[in-house]
Formats: sequence, structure tokens, C-alpha cells
Amino acid sequence: MSKPVIATASLAGCFGCHMSFLDIDERILDLIELVEFDKSPIDDIKKFSRPVDIGLIEGGCCNAENVEVLRYFRENCKILVSVGECAVMGGLPAMRNTIPLKECLEEAYLNSPTVAPEDRLIPADEDIPILLDRVYPCHEIVKIDYFLPGCPPSADLIWEALTALIQGRPLRLEYELVKYD
Amino acid sequence: MNYKKILQKYRKDRTRLIEILKEIQATEGYIPEKGILSVADELGLSRAEVEGVISFYHFLSARPLGKYVIYLNNSITAEMAGREKVARAWEQEAGCSFGQTSADGLFTLLETSCIGMNDQEPAALINRVVFTRLNPEKVSQLAGWMREGRAVEDMVEETGDGANNHQLVRAMVRNNIRKTGPVVFGDYSAGQAIRKALETTPEGIIDEVKKANLLGRGGAGFPTGLKWEFCRKEKGEQRFVICNADEGEPGTFKDRVILTERPEMVFEGMAIAGYAVGARLGILYLRHEYSYLRRYLEHVLQKMREQGWLGQNIAGRGFAFDIEIKMGAGAYVCGEESALIESAEGKRGEPRDRPPFPVQKGYLNLPSTVNNVETLATATQIIVHGANWFRSMGTPVSTGTKLLSVSGDCQKPGIYEVEYGLTIKELLEMVGAEDTLAVQVGGPSGNCISEAGFGRKICFSDLPTGGSIIIFNRSRDLFAVVRNFLDFFIEESCGWCVPCRAGNVLLKKKFEKIASGLGTVQDLKEIEAWGKIIKSTSRCGLGQTSPNPVLTTLSNFREVYESRVSKEADFIPEFDLNRAVAEACAITGRKFQEEQEHA
Ligand SMILES: Cc1cc2nc3c(=O)[nH]c(=O)nc-3n(C[C@H](O)[C@H](O)[C@H](O)COP(=O)(O)O)c2cc1C
Ligand code: SF4
Ligand code: SF4
Repeated sequence: MSKPVIATASLAGCFGCHMSFLDIDERILDLIELVEFDKSPIDDIKKFSRPVDIGLIEGGCCNAENVEVLRYFRENCKILVSVGECAVMGGLPAMRNTIPLKECLEEAYLNSPTVAPEDRLIPADEDIPILLDRVYPCHEIVKIDYFLPGCPPSADLIWEALTALIQGRPLRLEYELVKYD
Repeated sequence: MNYKKILQKYRKDRTRLIEILKEIQATEGYIPEKGILSVADELGLSRAEVEGVISFYHFLSARPLGKYVIYLNNSITAEMAGREKVARAWEQEAGCSFGQTSADGLFTLLETSCIGMNDQEPAALINRVVFTRLNPEKVSQLAGWMREGRAVEDMVEETGDGANNHQLVRAMVRNNIRKTGPVVFGDYSAGQAIRKALETTPEGIIDEVKKANLLGRGGAGFPTGLKWEFCRKEKGEQRFVICNADEGEPGTFKDRVILTERPEMVFEGMAIAGYAVGARLGILYLRHEYSYLRRYLEHVLQKMREQGWLGQNIAGRGFAFDIEIKMGAGAYVCGEESALIESAEGKRGEPRDRPPFPVQKGYLNLPSTVNNVETLATATQIIVHGANWFRSMGTPVSTGTKLLSVSGDCQKPGIYEVEYGLTIKELLEMVGAEDTLAVQVGGPSGNCISEAGFGRKICFSDLPTGGSIIIFNRSRDLFAVVRNFLDFFIEESCGWCVPCRAGNVLLKKKFEKIASGLGTVQDLKEIEAWGKIIKSTSRCGLGQTSPNPVLTTLSNFREVYESRVSKEADFIPEFDLNRAVAEACAITGRKFQEEQEHA
């Protein structure tokens, strides 16, 4: 039997969730015995090469590209998991949601004291992904099957969730795994 | 402005903070920073504490308001009676929208939750004066007078029935008493009950009230005799009787009518409770919206003192008991007994953890019994006429009568005193309701009943209600009703518990998704699951009942929801990429084209 295939993406996140994933330390050796990786920043594969069993998403959606990547994942993954506060609720980037986009951009690119007068310009380059009106959690855009809370979720939680999914067994949610204070 | 003078008037009493702030606002139109600092300084509070109190209550404001502040009620019956047109008329007259003050500083337009006038909507408070049955023509007349600078009191042209006509009230409010019964509106001669009570022992009073099986009329239905007994047995240098006249549940207005027509009966009930529990002081906590009754009620209290029914030596039998009135400042949650106590102590009206219950640690952390207006009035009649008389009415468990405040789609909205055990069907006939789609029993926190449930009975074991009955006929959109109720809870949540503060917002969003036709069967399941979480993890009754508008309509009108959700799709996003990028495109001048295929 072939190994389950995994893919990961970082959308509007800080890569902290990926770093936390790597914090599984030497268990990474067990992991590569258990699964194969497809599209992911971890192996730098850019396109899906086959159907994927589990997709792990870090970060919510703050621009059109995030949305496209997320939809692309949904099309190619049997199970999609929101990993971390940003994916689950929008997280830190969503702090801009209470401020109109125009004001955000003006503050960042026109009025901020650190902007040199000659640089005052709201970027509009065609190559930059277009911003959304606000930051959206993933489940408002595609169907998400599972949610892992935490900023970031601990390596142990990610490991437990992943192995449970792979082995098709119920999650063992020890209190310590989802305790954040 | 001399803040010191106001503070001195209230003896720098911290429990009077809300009144102090109200008085500053009454003279200055708002509570300026200087006032906040001065009050904080004199009362030994932090600035944040004073600001926290101001920001908690709808009717306190730290920003300047117009000369005339129009608080237009936004309850569902107001909407049904044409509130929208009235609101637009105000906006046109004022030249500003709701939430704003007109450029000339004459008008401020604000929304407010139910002001207890559900049977005479659309209603508004202008400054502190009640105006009922507004329409666009009336609005332009009022606005004209305001431009002439007329005093708000002088804009009341016609006063209502009964004591609304009293020279100390002079309100256009109507009692609309449609059916009197033998208890609250039965034979009554003031002073009789307290005299009779003082001939018995306090334990005897408690026994009689227990025997009558009087259950609290404020909503929770706790046995009154037992509550008094707990309070009496609790150790404490002092005990208090608190009458809950906060009446904030949308659709309830019976306590207003009792206080207008039967105030002595309520005050006597407080004195009897005071005798039973061993209290010397009673507090009537009156909601701000009923400020127009205050002078009248003070007058009634004074008369009762003169007649020896209150004061140092009641009925010549050496029992001392007096009553003072404390005003709310606009917050539904202050009807919850522990929040009410916090508010009466001059704080933010945030519910306390319970236990300890108010009977153990209530007002000033001393044993207190909090009882509803109607409960206390009813207790008075039980003492006069006896427990057996009382038990001969109603059902074996739900003894006696209940005042219902009926509003919505019926010919005769108003107050009905009925025996417990009345079916919804009988009630609908009594009030002249036709073609009824739904009956909201117990207000937004209660139950929305469909025709299948019209045989059910109004009583504690079937359909309990604090008194609110709102009727909707088949021309009404159930979703508009639910929406209004959900908005109410979102607005009134005190914010302490995340499930109540945030959960209700998420619930509403999910509800709107379904309402807009983008719901799935999964969304319905989630609404139910989230509703359960909010109910089981919120600290007070507000959060514990806040999902009821959705949950009860979902169970009694499931087909209305199912007709709006997709049976096939397992996920429908509300998200629309083109709409979401429109703003950024406008700002940057870029055009967006969705990529068909991923690069
Ligand atoms: C959010 C909330 C609002 C309430 N509002 C009122 C009210 O306006 N009047 C009232 O008598 N009880 C109200 N109650 C119930 C009180 O907490 C308390 O049970 C009642 O005043 C006790 O009096 P009773 O035993 O005579 O009914 C409210 C409860 C909650 C949770
Ligand atoms: S959840 Fe926390 S760690 Fe993960 S991407 Fe967001 S900010 Fe970074
Ligand atoms: S349930 Fe709601 S209203 Fe009650 S204490 Fe919690 S947040 Fe406040």
C-alpha cells in the first residue's frame, strides 16, 4: 500500500506554524516513514503532482493569491486542516479588519513617520497579489474538515493530530496539548 | 460647573455614583472629562472606574449630546408598527443619521432597546419623556417645536388613562388594561395587608406565602416563601428587600402598569417582605425608561409614610421599614438580580458569580431578597386574602394569576390578568388575534410557539413567561423577528463571557448566511451546536437564553429554515472573491481577473 500523501501551505501566516511542525524534532524520521510530501514549502514542490490525502493550511486569506492557493488545495486534498489561529480565525493579520483598507494602506505607505517623503506611494504593481477587503479565516472560503487551535499549535498537537488522521483513530487530546496559559 | 455641590448632595456616596453622573448629564447634557476627573477624585475612584460605569449604560454619555436626545425604540413590535418610516422622518428633520448629533447640536438620534411600550409603538424617549404611537407627521411636529425651543414636557399634548394622568406623571402612556383579575387588579385597600402581617410572626408570613406556593413572577419562578426564608436565616447585621422594576425583557410592560395603578400594593409587599426577612430598608430599582414615574412614586411613598404604613413605627406596632428608589441607567442585564445589585451599588451592572446568591451576599454583601414587582404585589394580596384563596386559582403548581403584556398582531394589545393554565389558543381568542403564525412567549429569551403548540398552557411547567406575549400573524417574516431578537442580545450582552459576547455575533452571522439562501444542512447543525455551547457556558441568564430565538424557531418552524438551505451542497461560501477585492482595486486603480487555472 502506498503511503498517505501530505501537502502544506502558508497563506497569511508567519510561518510559525510550519516551524512548530518542524519542532517534532527526531520524529521527523518517523514521519517520512509514515507519509510522503507533495506540494509544500518544506520540500519546495510548487505544484500538486498527485492526489493528496491531507492538506495542512497555515494562515488565513488576506489577498487574492491566498484564496487561489486555498481553493487549489481544496480541489486536490481529501482532508483539509486549518492549522493555527491565523487559519482558524484570521489571527494577528485580522487585526486590520476593524480598520478600513484604505486607512490601513494610507497609514502604512503614506502617513507613517518611517516613510520617506519621496517614497509615498500605495503599491499597485501587477505582480503583487491584490489585497482583500479584510482577512478571512479559511473556513469562510472553502470547506475545512479539521481545526487545530494555537498560535502556533504545539508540535505535539500537530503530531498527534496528523498521526491520528493517518491511522484513522480518534484524537487523544490530553489537557496539556490544548492548554495555552 | 460645580461638581462638588452635586457630590455633596449625594454625600459622596459611592453607591450613588450613577445618580451623580445622571445629575451631571442632566445639567450639562453629557459627562465631560472634568466631571469624570472630579467625581473620581472625590469618591476615591480611578478615572477608568468612572468611565467604565459611564460606558456601561445606554443613557450615560461621555460625549456631548444634542439638546434633544431622541432614543427611538427598536423592538420588533415597533418595526411592525412602522418604525422604519419614523426613523427616516427623524433623520430628515435632524439632517443626520442614527448614532449622530445634528450639526446645529439640536438633535441626537439614538436607538434603544424595548422601553416597555410594546402595545403603543413606535415609541421613543425624548430626553426622559415618553412619546408613543409616533408617525412621520408627529415627528415633524415635534421637530418643529424643538426648533422653537419648547421644553420636552410641554410637547405632551394628551395624557394617558388612569394615573398616567396624575399631575406628577402627565405621560401620554396608556395602561391598556384589558382584563382585570382578582389578585393584582382585585379588591384592595392600602394598609390592610401590612396591618394584618404585623399581627402575625415573620415565620407565619413566610409559611403563608409558602402555602400559597407563590412562585417568582420575574421569570425564574423561584418560590418566594423559600427565598424569604433563606434570607431570614442568613446571618448579617442588616438585610435588604429589593424590588426588581427593571422590566427589560422586550414585550413586557406589566410592571409599569402595576407601578402606575397599584404602587401601594407593591410597596406594601416590600414592607411585608421586610418584616418576614428582617430588613429595615427596601430599594425599588426602577429602570431609567420609567423615570417619568419617579416623582409620582416618591409621592406615594411619602403618603404611605404619613399614613403610618412605612417609617419608624408601622401601624403603631414598632416595626421600622422604609423604601428608597434607585434608578437604572439603561441595561437589560441589570434585570438579572446580581447585576441589579451591582448597579444599585453604583457600579457597572455586570452579573456576579453565583453562589453566593443574593440571599447570602446581596446588596453591600448583606443578605438580600430580590423580588419582581408583580411578585411583591401578589404577596400583599396573599396576606390579605389567605393562601387558600390564592390556591383556588390557577393550577396546582402554578397557583394564582399572572399579568400578561400582550403586543403584536391582535386587536386588543395590553394587560391581561389571567389564571395560570390558560392555553395559547384561549389567549389568542381573548386578545382578538387572527391568522396567527407564531406566539413569542416570554420575550426573546423565551419560546417561539407555532400553531402545533397553541394547545399548550401558560404555567411554570409548560410555558413559563415573565409576562411577555408577542403575536405574529402570517404576513410576518419570522426571520425578521429572529434577527431583531439576536441583535437585542448582541447589544445587551455585558461582554464578560466570550461565548455570550462573541458567540452571539457568530450565531447571528451564521443565521444571516442561512437567511440569505447560502446555508447548508451543515450550517443548521452548527447553529444548533453553537447555541448549545453558548447556553451551557455563559455565566448568567442572558447568555444562557440568548440563542433561544434561533433554537426555538429552529425546532418549532424547522420547515422555514429547511426551505432556505441547500439539501445537496455540503459547503456554500458566503465569500465572493470579486467583491472582496473591489475595494483594493478602487484604491490602487488595478483590475482583477480571477485566474482560471493555477500557474
Ligand atoms: C438577563 C436577565 C434579565 C432579567 N430581567 C428581569 C426583570 O426585568 N425583572 C425581574 O423581575 N426579573 C428579571 N430577571 C430575573 C431576576 O434575575 C430574578 O430572578 C427576579 O427578579 C427574582 O424575582 P422573582 O423571584 O420575584 O421573580 C432577569 C434575569 C435575567 C437573567
Ligand atoms: S497561528 Fe501564530 S504561529 Fe501560526 S501563522 Fe499565525 S501567527 Fe504564526
Ligand atoms: S452571559 Fe452574557 S450578559 Fe451574562 S455575564 Fe456573561 S457576557 Fe454578561
